[in-house]
Amino acid sequence: MSLTTSYFYRVIVRRFRANRFAVYGAGIVAALFIISFLAPYLTPYAPDDLDAYHVLLPPSTAHWLGTDELGRDVLTRIIYGARISLKVGFVSVGIAALIGTVAGLFAGYYGGWIDQVLMRFVDIMLCFPTFFLMLAVIAMLEPSIWYIMIIIGLTGWMGVARLVRAEVLSLRERDFVLAARAIGASDLRIIFVHILPNALSPVIVTATLGVAGAILTESALSFLGIGVQPPVPSWGNMLTAGKDYLEFAWWLSLFPGLAILVTVIAYNLVGEGLRDALDPRTSRT
Amino acid sequence: MFRYLVRRVLLLFPLFIGITLITFVVIHLAPGEPVEMQTALSPKVSAKTRERLREFYGLDKPLHVQYATWLGRMAKLDFGRSFAPDGRPVIDKVKERIPVTLSINVIALILEFGLAIPIGVIAATHRDTLLDKGVTIFVFLGFAVPTFWLALVLMYIFGVKLTILPISGLHSLGAANLNGFAWLWDTARHLVLPLGVATFGSLAGLSRYTRSTMLEVIGQDYITTARAKGLPERVVIYRHALRNALLPIITLLGFSLPGLIGGSVIFETIFAIPGMGQLFYMGVMSRDYPLVMGILVIGAFLTLAGNLLADLAYAVADPRIRHGSAP
Repeated sequence: MSLTTSYFYRVIVRRFRANRFAVYGAGIVAALFIISFLAPYLTPYAPDDLDAYHVLLPPSTAHWLGTDELGRDVLTRIIYGARISLKVGFVSVGIAALIGTVAGLFAGYYGGWIDQVLMRFVDIMLCFPTFFLMLAVIAMLEPSIWYIMIIIGLTGWMGVARLVRAEVLSLRERDFVLAARAIGASDLRIIFVHILPNALSPVIVTATLGVAGAILTESALSFLGIGVQPPVPSWGNMLTAGKDYLEFAWWLSLFPGLAILVTVIAYNLVGEGLRDALDPRTSRT
Repeated sequence: MFRYLVRRVLLLFPLFIGITLITFVVIHLAPGEPVEMQTALSPKVSAKTRERLREFYGLDKPLHVQYATWLGRMAKLDFGRSFAPDGRPVIDKVKERIPVTLSINVIALILEFGLAIPIGVIAATHRDTLLDKGVTIFVFLGFAVPTFWLALVLMYIFGVKLTILPISGLHSLGAANLNGFAWLWDTARHLVLPLGVATFGSLAGLSRYTRSTMLEVIGQDYITTARAKGLPERVVIYRHALRNALLPIITLLGFSLPGLIGGSVIFETIFAIPGMGQLFYMGVMSRDYPLVMGILVIGAFLTLAGNLLADLAYAVADPRIRHGSAP
């Protein structure tokens, strides 16, 4: 890493850390990672431990967040649910970011008919009410977490493609690209070695915000019964079960919902913080 | 203006073909020949269902013939018959549901724009004050909260605990006998929760956007000029600045349509509102393929129409586009 790049990263880190809310968000995200990895060590229960003698118990010292209609520990299921959320968030956004970045790079760099075809395809995809498209595909297949992640990814790449394309349009006329071309670098080398690193900031920001969106989408699909299938715990399907007991077991509905809310806010704060840190125009320091 | 209009309408054809092609691909995910292995064991898909699918979509014919036949049918608004026991044509089922979903979405849009724009303006004119931070946190909460969960919580508080609001359907039992005003009041009470949740959830994008464009516009020279002329601040903000900031917001109107239509699945399911979203959800759950495909295409076309309207409104509002000097 050259001196200037390390200086660049130092500036970004400093600007990110100057944003108090972004740091809180990053802290929560880090905590969620740790919780997901250490899940079995954090709780004495297993997520599918049935206990017919301790059904629908309110929060207590033995069960901090109570038990559900099958006597399973709610806190344990929320902890294991964090794993699902993390997986869905990262895999689906990874798919979306990959497709969007590649499409945006090629559309922006080559222009012409490649650009036309790719961008019209983006327009077409944007016409579908995404939620309808997702439900329709899942209705055709059997609901499974892999289909969910793939379909969220395949319906979420259009924004990234547009942003990257716009970035590439301005980058491809810069001197360093012309220089690379002058010394005979291939198109692919120019695109992936010279342009891509400079077009990454909007991808990183959109991807971070996208994780929040993917987690919300997964929970909504699971809530509707076509996402992650019981008995695998997901925050969304816990709420489905909880709504039948709303009147006498509020803890079944409150805590998974709060888990989603806090996680989504955390990713949004980090995303907004990154946007401000990476974009020189919003600089206030 | 005429040339712009023609170009814009011509652009619809490739989009139209694209939408139908993608839907066609989705249909082929359905249990027919290609995915036989996977669904052969599934009890949900009976041999009879497969037979009916094959018959309607001509699954034994070559792909381009299938596509052409299907397009031809759609041109006549024939989406086939529902697999539900009543076996009614899909288009009839959708037709009676569209007014409910559309009118609820239009009211939600009006509420969203009516609230989000003033919120954005206030945040911009009070930049970095406590007020700005307060409304920012408020709209972000709305953005981050899972709407179905908020709906549940509010149903519990207002419907179950306080029992001051109805929690499902559009009308009370026997509402048909009520006279005009009482009927309206009854419907309005049923709509408070769904509309409230939908609006709260959608405020963030638009109000943040208004805030940033307002900040941009307020920095322009002509705003300084207007202030220097001694115009009252209210006139400067609402007449000079807001008008210019509002232009790009018109396009957002078009973009927010797919989200609204898609979101209706969740609201209509939770609040038992007999609209297109609920119909779609029931179709998905009972694997009513013709119904699902029909609504998917119709939903995309509604979005297309909405985008076209928004673009035209933009052209009417912005002379630069009308006269073709901007792309």
